[in-house]
Amino acid sequence: MTIEVASGVDARFSPLQYAICLTGIVWREGLRFLHQRERFVSALVRPLVWLFIFAAGFRQVLGVSIIPPYDTYVLYEVYITPGLVAMIQLFNGMASSLSMVYDREMGNMRTLLVSPFPRWYLLSSKLIAGTAVSLLQVYAFLFIAWFWEIQPPPIGYLTVLPALVLTGLMLGALGMLISSVVRQLENFAGVMNFVIFPMFFASSALYPLWRVREGSPALYYVCQANPFTHATELIRFALYGQVNWISLAVVCACTAVFMIGAILAYDPSRGLLARRGDRGGAA
Amino acid sequence: MMHGTAPAPSVALAVEGVSYAYGTRRALADVTFSIAPATFAVLLGLNGAGKTTLFSLITRLYGTRYGQIRILGHDVAQTPGDALRLIGVVFQSRTLDLDLSVMQNLIYHAALHGIGRGEARKRAGELLHQIDLADRARDKVRNLSGGQMRRVEIARALLHRPRLLVLDEPTVGLDVQSRAAILDQMRRLVSREGVCVLWATHLIDEVSAGDDVIVLHHGRVLARGPVARVCEDAGASDIREAFARLTKISTADAPDEAA
Repeated sequence: MTIEVASGVDARFSPLQYAICLTGIVWREGLRFLHQRERFVSALVRPLVWLFIFAAGFRQVLGVSIIPPYDTYVLYEVYITPGLVAMIQLFNGMASSLSMVYDREMGNMRTLLVSPFPRWYLLSSKLIAGTAVSLLQVYAFLFIAWFWEIQPPPIGYLTVLPALVLTGLMLGALGMLISSVVRQLENFAGVMNFVIFPMFFASSALYPLWRVREGSPALYYVCQANPFTHATELIRFALYGQVNWISLAVVCACTAVFMIGAILAYDPSRGLLARRGDRGGAA
Repeated sequence: MMHGTAPAPSVALAVEGVSYAYGTRRALADVTFSIAPATFAVLLGLNGAGKTTLFSLITRLYGTRYGQIRILGHDVAQTPGDALRLIGVVFQSRTLDLDLSVMQNLIYHAALHGIGRGEARKRAGELLHQIDLADRARDKVRNLSGGQMRRVEIARALLHRPRLLVLDEPTVGLDVQSRAAILDQMRRLVSREGVCVLWATHLIDEVSAGDDVIVLHHGRVLARGPVARVCEDAGASDIREAFARLTKISTADAPDEAA
């Protein structure tokens, strides 16, 4: 038995209201980012340490032959830059996943989820907001790297943008999916050990895959199957104005899968949140 | 007036046959009650009675698997958007962003309801004025006292002009004065604006004679209705005694502010 109620509100939100909701979420994420300067600094220092110290040390050890998209021999620093860019986004994706877990403890996630907008829209908006923040971090890093003679063609800074949006969404969606499974704040250490490190090291971020193959064919296939490899390669090619179609396809597919997984995990009727007995603030 | 029978259009919140379990642990068993608009209803229960679970179901944080919950006729499970837009929520734990200013928190919340910046500022200004915090709009939430934060959270819950306001133990950790001020504000809201308030608490002294009360114990509704009737049915002289009799705890153990 349903009852018609003259509640005086429109039944549907207008596109403008959807836009207001999205901008509001992005705006808040931006404000939080500005207020957490240490987060920005550590997001920058991490890849810079790799670039200034690790890459400099390994320069003589690892020779990189001419492989696409490079048309000359490149310095090791130049080779690992796209991987470090992807690493920034990986950390950012996991950090916003951490902030979601943190939000959930603190209740901010709940204020988001009780919004009358569809839940898939709220989660997607949150994802877009996280990706926007990662773009700021990446361009700040590329700016500093330019002075370290990592100088891709100027047009590359523009062509890399759509690639960064895609990889940011993919890694953010992965973080969101993980956040729905992680029980407690402390488990971010577990995320580091079981997600970030394996993904980063078993990829083409630090070494070309043909070199990996020489060492261990098995690892080579693992790297090939790692979405992070494709995120790195997509960025690497885009930075030189080229498209790596296989990586593009893999990144798109993974984004969709992670996103759908996250939306399902946060769907109340499937109740992953509830099944775990997550009672939030209830002591 | 409360009644557990078929819903009428004049019902602000209808909860019918709702059960919920965490794994094998049963949190709510066949909970049924309804609240009329412009009612101050107290959901009274000890810690662990199932109040927070019920709130999570009403606000659709959890899916309702058994039973039905309707907000002014809108089924929370079927048409969550329509239902959620009519509810204002104050959670038990603090949910303001501490690093953002009071106004920024309110604007963010308004955006989550599709309300643009200009309108949000206007409404927020009015609400902050009502709770005497107009001069703190630019301050960071971190610098507010516990009572002030609670008032801001209530103002936030009212921004989108809900018809039903649900509050989960909103006075926990507040001093006597803040508690009284907030309760007073809520009761005025009911009488002046006709908003329905569902106020969950374990503090019996927060119940006043004119309220409706729902006594929840171990996930079951033991009594519901106007305070006078609940007392009468229990053969008790006041709500404290009625609560003690219903839940079979001694009157001395019945929690109040000092507990």
